[in-house]
Amino acid sequence: MIRADELTKHFKVHRRKPGFAAALASVFRRRYEVVRAVENVSFRIERGERVGFLGPNGAGKTTTLKLLAGLLHPTSGAVTVDGYVPSKRPPELLGSITLVMGQKSQLIWDLPPSETYAMNRAIFDVPKAEFDATLAELTELLELGKLVDKPTRQLSLGERMKCELAAALLHRPKTLFLDEPTIGLDVAMQLAIRDFVRRYNQRHEATVLLTSHYMDDVVALCPRILVIDEGKLVHDGDLRQLVKTMDPDKRVSFTLTSEVGADELERLGAVILREGTRVTLRVVEREIPAVVGRLLGPLHVADLAIEDPPLEEILRAMFGKAREERAASEAAEAGGAT
Amino acid sequence: MRSGTSRALRALPTLFRVGVAETVAYRAEFLVWLLTSTLPLVMLGLWTSVAGEGPFRGYASPDFVAYYLATLVVRNLTGSWVSWQVSEEVRTGALAMRLLRPVHPFVALGASHLAAVPFRTIVALPIALVLLASSGASALSGDPGQLLCVLPSVALAWLVTFATLFTIGSLAFFITKSMAIANLYFGLFSLLSGYLLPLPLLPRWVATVAELTPFPAMLTTPVELLTRTLSGADLARLLGVQLGWAAATVLVALTVWRLGVRRFEAVGG
Ligand SMILES: Nc1ncnc2c1ncn2[C@@H]1O[C@H](COP(=O)(O)OP(=O)(O)OP(=O)(O)O)[C@@H](O)[C@H]1O
Ligand SMILES: [Mg+2]
Repeated sequence: MIRADELTKHFKVHRRKPGFAAALASVFRRRYEVVRAVENVSFRIERGERVGFLGPNGAGKTTTLKLLAGLLHPTSGAVTVDGYVPSKRPPELLGSITLVMGQKSQLIWDLPPSETYAMNRAIFDVPKAEFDATLAELTELLELGKLVDKPTRQLSLGERMKCELAAALLHRPKTLFLDEPTIGLDVAMQLAIRDFVRRYNQRHEATVLLTSHYMDDVVALCPRILVIDEGKLVHDGDLRQLVKTMDPDKRVSFTLTSEVGADELERLGAVILREGTRVTLRVVEREIPAVVGRLLGPLHVADLAIEDPPLEEILRAMFGKAREERAASEAAEAGGAT
Repeated sequence: MRSGTSRALRALPTLFRVGVAETVAYRAEFLVWLLTSTLPLVMLGLWTSVAGEGPFRGYASPDFVAYYLATLVVRNLTGSWVSWQVSEEVRTGALAMRLLRPVHPFVALGASHLAAVPFRTIVALPIALVLLASSGASALSGDPGQLLCVLPSVALAWLVTFATLFTIGSLAFFITKSMAIANLYFGLFSLLSGYLLPLPLLPRWVATVAELTPFPAMLTTPVELLTRTLSGADLARLLGVQLGWAAATVLVALTVWRLGVRRFEAVGG
């Protein structure tokens, strides 16, 4: 189980204007600015859950994962993973978690991945038989083949990511922190990884916390999502619930088979898209039966589909709103200062 | 922590093997590094020409030959670039991956650096043979018991050096330009460890200051064991002092590390 209570991480950054004079001045007087990367974030994740972590760039997702994995000490607040404090890095905990970062490699750069695997087997104290079985499974699932015997530096980005995942899972961790694990992978491999993570989660009852900029990864894998923006948790819950509260209207899309006037469509719902004969309407849920009746009846449309609004759209609206509010308050502050 | 230590011990052979593979992968860089640590040969040339006109403060030519060749061998076996390695990993955030493993980085890095030692003997051994064969042979300690003590003494010198360099690397947690400190360190080391010239040839007060630092334990002690005939009491005292410095420097290294790692920012990703 993962528990975060009012988890907060601030970074002090040294700000300096460009130029020689500024450089000289900064020797005598350093100006610091505080970056509030994670601010009072609280949540609980039960054993075996798959949780998606969403938020725009710089929201604090990676920082939160680093706090959970014990790489960073919190500025304030508390976090425990299976009852252990991650920043103390007890070996018992390190032996049962893993962190995969798309941008960071644990593979030894000049040696083949197999050397890293051997080293991890020794360090994590994995029995030989179990290690061989896990490696065989991973090799098949990730199609590693002969990649593991090639020096890491000669692997392509996608190949390296696959080897990276294998290295991270050889000790069969119970908690997986995956920070953009599908970065650089082609669509087929992305799907394979998704399947793999779900199967791993089910077979080992492992907890998975995942961030990805591919929304599809998150939608396909995670029944629950945490949305973080500017370091603050703005939503925690069911994916469907998020969609419902943010935008309860449905999307009704279809193909026109005859000429239909724009005002006729407008009467059914808000037109979101019209490309040739392809139309998407936004319709309030309780009006769906009437609208569908009319579309299939007198209007004779084809390929009718009723869907929830796409997550991307909802998030954009959500973050957009936050941005606007911030811009407005900053403008007000600036106005007050002058 | 106990389980961490025992894991580390069981992992040692593999860490060692990976260290060997790394050394092989970096063999060119390794050779360059070896070549740059030939300062003692320069000093040797200098002092033999000085001593050519008669012993200098008790040091005759063969004494200098023995001293500097022994220095070269000991430094070859004990030096490492771990301070650079640690500070780079802190600066770039690469340390993150090391921190996820249930083995203390001091142990993991120690094992990988120890793995390079056999390769270093490839260089150290011929020099040692030259040392024996050359005029220095007479200047070498003749007591087999004492020569046997050279082994633990070199091992302790390695540990004191490694722990000190690890500490300097860990300063990167606190300051961005920790390599400036590494340069200062090398200056002090050269002077106070006997790397540049035998401590007895230094002004008395410098030698006294040196005795208060761990530097002699890094170099002079094993060199003395190799080149001077010591009484049993002196031998025991020198090894004891080395052991003390080993304990102290390891303690400092682990403490600085523990305090520093809280400030680690794990940049990147
Ligand atoms: N070591 C650091 N020092 C200073 N600021 C930092 C540091 N690490 C992160 N930050 C800042 O903290 C904020 C959160 O960063 P974080 O990496 O957690 O974002 P993220 O949600 O993972 O974004 P992305 O989607 O781009 O990966 C950013 O504003 C970032 O600039
Ligand atoms: Mg990130």
